[in-house]
Amino acid sequence: MGLTLTWLSVIILIPLAGLFLKTLELSPAQFWEILTSRRTLNALKISFGLSFAAACVNLVMGTIIVWALVRYRFPGRRIFDAIVDIPFALPTAVAGVALTQLFAQKGWLGAPLAELGIKVAFTPIGIFIAMIFIGIPFVVRTVQPVLIDLDPEIEEAAASLGANRWHTVFRVILPSLIPALLTGFALAFARAVGEYGSVIFIAGNLPNVSEIAPLLIVIRLSEFRYADATAIAVIMLLASFVIILAVNRLQRWAQTRIPAH
Amino acid sequence: MSTQTSFVTPEAPLRAYASTAGAAISSLSRREAREPPRAIASPEDFRTEPGPVRFVIIALAVSFLTIFVVLPLVVVFASALSKGFGAYFAALAEPEALSAIRLTLLVAAISVGLNLLFGVIAAWAIAKFDFPGKTFLVTLIDLPFSVSPVISGLVFVLLFGAQGYWGTWLQAHNVHILFAVPGIALATIFVTFPFVARSLIPLMQEQGTQEEEAAISLGASGLQTFFRVTLPNIKWGLLYGVLLCNARAMGEFGAVSVVSGHIRGETNTMPLLVEILYNEYQFVASFAIASLLAMLALITLVVKTVLEQRLDEGQTPRNDLRDDLRDDPSDH
Repeated sequence: MGLTLTWLSVIILIPLAGLFLKTLELSPAQFWEILTSRRTLNALKISFGLSFAAACVNLVMGTIIVWALVRYRFPGRRIFDAIVDIPFALPTAVAGVALTQLFAQKGWLGAPLAELGIKVAFTPIGIFIAMIFIGIPFVVRTVQPVLIDLDPEIEEAAASLGANRWHTVFRVILPSLIPALLTGFALAFARAVGEYGSVIFIAGNLPNVSEIAPLLIVIRLSEFRYADATAIAVIMLLASFVIILAVNRLQRWAQTRIPAH
Repeated sequence: MSTQTSFVTPEAPLRAYASTAGAAISSLSRREAREPPRAIASPEDFRTEPGPVRFVIIALAVSFLTIFVVLPLVVVFASALSKGFGAYFAALAEPEALSAIRLTLLVAAISVGLNLLFGVIAAWAIAKFDFPGKTFLVTLIDLPFSVSPVISGLVFVLLFGAQGYWGTWLQAHNVHILFAVPGIALATIFVTFPFVARSLIPLMQEQGTQEEEAAISLGASGLQTFFRVTLPNIKWGLLYGVLLCNARAMGEFGAVSVVSGHIRGETNTMPLLVEILYNEYQFVASFAIASLLAMLALITLVVKTVLEQRLDEGQTPRNDLRDDLRDDPSDH
């Protein structure tokens, strides 16, 4: 017991406490100045904005994928079900170089897109693509068990009461998936905000344009501007705490909803 | 909700349904008229969409997964082998590649070993005992999942770096943690700590303490109880945790990148070498290393699927388990 606590504090608690103590060394004015500098603000905007957009895409596409995997039988279904986990399992650096290669101007997908006048690699669109890649398992794996467990009788009841399929899906099934969908959305969003490895290769990393907040932390560290790095890290950490709290609330909400069915 | 319960609901909703119910009956009879052989719709008919809709949904799902998941994976192997097998194996036999592989294996062994030990103890404490601050402990265990890998590396730089809290002392005593193996191992342990504990806690909670109490009352010592009773019960969950922990330990990039210092041939792990070679336009070499990591990921997925089946065969309902094993901080 004591051993566990000691180990946990050495490995997790002390390092995190160190982060906050380091921030306390800054005066509020300094802290504010770092955060409101143009480059920091832009990096935070890029990270949070694109993560939000990517999580929205994941929400829609994740729902479609879950639906196909749970409700339909098609050749290769089990394989597609298994590969949903690849973005979890693939080391982020590997994902990063692979996506860059794929979407670079001479890449398999980059070349046709370039002919359409769309440049993906080394632009914010590249960041967006990488964030979609990294987030998709969160939505699928959060919603999948809920859709599997959904009582078939609800749908039968809706249908026998005259609801057409469209109504049944959008008025009966989707509402009961909402807590799981929002949880998946929040998890995908949180992951995308903090993501580093799979994004930096394809991002181009142009300050103020395609530079994400985690990269700015790394850059500040390599310039030995620890205070700047710490201030950005603290803001991101607080944001992820808020997201965890929201997710916990969602889970509790989902649990109180279940007996209502 | 069953159809029966909907009839015992208060009157208001019943009235609201009354008109639609009529429509349902008439639409049902129209349907009967149109397709007599399947006149009485089977439950399955209510639960699916028309053929074209089904086709579009499947097509969307499959093409999205192909573009975003399958293609990147294929690109890794295609690029690694683009100059033939000779170049591929030559790239892997480079001293730099070999030293990166060795370092990755070493770091993975250290962090999996320590996280296995402390993960089991932490899970044991949380699942089998009640004590104040338990929720706090669980939150603490989950924390590394929700922190950006870069921040996970940063916290160690703040502690051990030249400007860090203990940096001067360490320098004075000639102890190298940052930009050396201990730093890489620490960052990896931080990032991978949750896996073992998180895989075991739900399993151990479900199994309760009865078997252990029985063993102890029959005179077994604490260690005997653990190795003869607890361990056999949790072995598949334990393997599952170790598997995921190992995959993450070998593949971790962000946190390790911050603490490693990128000293070639010394503190480069495999993911870091992938980055360096890629930035030097040595694509074949970079993707050759990347392909090893991709194979690790694929093997991990296959073994994970097998282990999930094993875990299913126990009394644990699959979905609960899946929920708890998922790489996320949401459970508490």
